[in-house]
Formats: sequence, structure tokens, C-alpha cells
Amino acid sequence: MKVKDLVDQLSLDVRSFNDGLGNDITGAYVSDLLSDVMGNSKKGNVWITLQTHLNIVAVASMKDLSAIIIVGGRQAQEETIKKAEQEKVTILTTALPSFEASGKIYQILK
Amino acid sequence: MTLKEIAEILDATIISDSDDLNVQIVNACSADMMSAVLYYHTPNSLLITGLTQPHVIRTAEIAGIKTIVFVLNKKPDALTIELARQKKIPLLSTPCCMYTASGRLFSAGLPGCLTK
Amino acid sequence: MALNITGNIDGIFQLIGGNFSTAGEASTQLKHKLAEIGVDEEIIRRATIATFEAEMNVIIYAAAGWLHYYITPESIKIRIEDMGPGIENIELAMQEGYSTAPEWVREMGWGAGMGLPNMKKNSDTFTVDSVVGEGTTVEMVINFP
Repeated sequence: MKVKDLVDQLSLDVRSFNDGLGNDITGAYVSDLLSDVMGNSKKGNVWITLQTHLNIVAVASMKDLSAIIIVGGRQAQEETIKKAEQEKVTILTTALPSFEASGKIYQILK
Repeated sequence: MTLKEIAEILDATIISDSDDLNVQIVNACSADMMSAVLYYHTPNSLLITGLTQPHVIRTAEIAGIKTIVFVLNKKPDALTIELARQKKIPLLSTPCCMYTASGRLFSAGLPGCLTK
Repeated sequence: MALNITGNIDGIFQLIGGNFSTAGEASTQLKHKLAEIGVDEEIIRRATIATFEAEMNVIIYAAAGWLHYYITPESIKIRIEDMGPGIENIELAMQEGYSTAPEWVREMGWGAGMGLPNMKKNSDTFTVDSVVGEGTTVEMVINFP
């Protein structure tokens, strides 16, 4: 399963680094706490979060996550998008709240 | 969905025993950001979260959350449990992470809280 | 809506910055007060959510603050004054997702940049005045139907 498959199936908006759509997905992790994601996410996970702050990019990059999905219709700040392009991190957005986005992705990845 | 069914689906232990296990939960919200709980919730919801401090209980009370599930086997301290008892908000702890907990409940038919 | 209220009710809570363990207590007490006089549930929800966000801002950013409430048969007005750092750019602070909260506050589940937008969303009139270095005053009115 590639990031692109999730984008297609859930009509996610791609906000940064299009090249990352070819990344392989190893699973998903949901959290709004950066330390939690640093500690518990696995390489290749898509990270589902409400956080839009700049620091999410560094976390995704350090943990080699396949993409960040920002939920709840929230928009990443401009500086976050800019940083994500630099760091080659794919940011996706959806209007779905966290629970539903996670539920749907769980069913797709299962 | 009842609290008892939710506990079974999530292999959860019930931390605070003060309440009726047949209480009806109509939808769920997964979040660590408390403002999101206040923003996206609808009454009679389940909150799935990784935070266990007292202000989570207060947020739940203000938002009309009926039950809280802590993920990754997290357990709040005695003060927080006591506060939840006072507020009559049952607490559960599941070994699942937030993704798996959300996934299992969503697959079992529990809807999400809709953005108003 | 028939309210069980004669004349006006007002009150004040003191808020202490950094005190997360009792954070939300003032809003919760206000919630019970509104329930006692028979205010509609949806109105209570809006009022307490708006108050709670304002209360949390004082706890997170300020040294101390005061929460005043005034209930009349027509509305509830909530005024929160704090001795905090003040808001440099109110327009920016009103944008959803914008936050100046430090990392440790985010790790506690606050600082998502939804506080002021959430207050505005839940009140009928909303004003915020701030002086950098002195403090911030937020005033919210929620009308009873």
C-alpha cells in the first residue's frame, strides 16, 4: 500500500512533497503529542494528528514516517508547509475528525 | 453501543467502577488536544486519549463526554480517578494504541463526532 | 425560557497561573450555577466551553487572573482579566492553529491554537483587549433564547 492509495481512497488533499506519494505505508499511528509519536511510531507509519505546528515536520522526518495526515479540516501553517517541502515530508489534510479518519484507514490497511 | 461492549472490543479494564456499564455511547472522539475535544465533540460521546491528568476529566465534564478510554495501558493517578468518580465519568484503560482503539470501534459501528 | 432567577447574579473566581490540577474548576462551578437556575443545556455548554478556554489561557500564560460573571434574565457575561504577557498580534492569535504555547504545554494537550477561535465560536459577542507586558481582558456575552 502506497501513500497515493490512501490519498485516492479517502480523497485527501496533498499539501506538500508530492514525491512522497510513492512511499510505502507500514501502518498508522494516531497522536497529538510529539513525544508520544517520537517514542511509539514506526518507520513508514502514516501519522494522523490535529497538530499543525512546525515541529511535526521534524518528528516525521526523524522517525521516517511515510506521511502526516492533518485531520479535522485544520490547515497546516505556511511555515510548516515550507519546512515540509525542505525536509521531504508529505503532508495531507482531510476534513474527517481523528476518530473517523483512523477508523477508515484501519479498515483500508487491515 | 454500551460501555460494556466498548470495554470488550478494546480488551479494556475499567478503572473507575462508579457507573452503570449499560450507559449508551453514541459516538467517539480521539484526541490529545483538549481544545479539539471542546470543538468537535457532541454530547454522550466517548473520548479516546493518551492524556491522564485531572484537566482531561474537567474537559470531559464540560464537553459532556460520558466515558474516557486511556490508550497504551495508561492509568491516571489516584487524584484523577477520584475526580472522575465525583463527576461520574467512568474511566477505561486499553492496551490498544489510539489508532487500533479507533479502528476497532469504528469497525464495530461506532460513529465519529461530527464537526458542527 | 423561564429562568429561576430574581434580579442579577454575579461572582468572581481567582485563577492562579500554572495550576493545572485545579484548572477548569471555575468553569465547572459556573456550569452548575447555570444549571441551578434552569438555563438551557446547549447555552450552558457554549458558556462553559468559552469560559473554560479562557480559564485555561490564564493558567497557561499568566501569573494570575480573575474570572467575573454576571447573569441577568437575558444573558450571561463573562469577563476574564489576567496579569499575563499580553497578546502581541490579536489578529494572528485569532487564526485557527496559531499558537505561541511552548512544547510542554502542547504535551499537556493545550496550545493547539483553538482557544480564542473556540471562545469566539461559542459566544454571541466576543471582545479581546491586550497590552503587551500588562495583561489581557476577554469579554464574552452569551444571550439566553
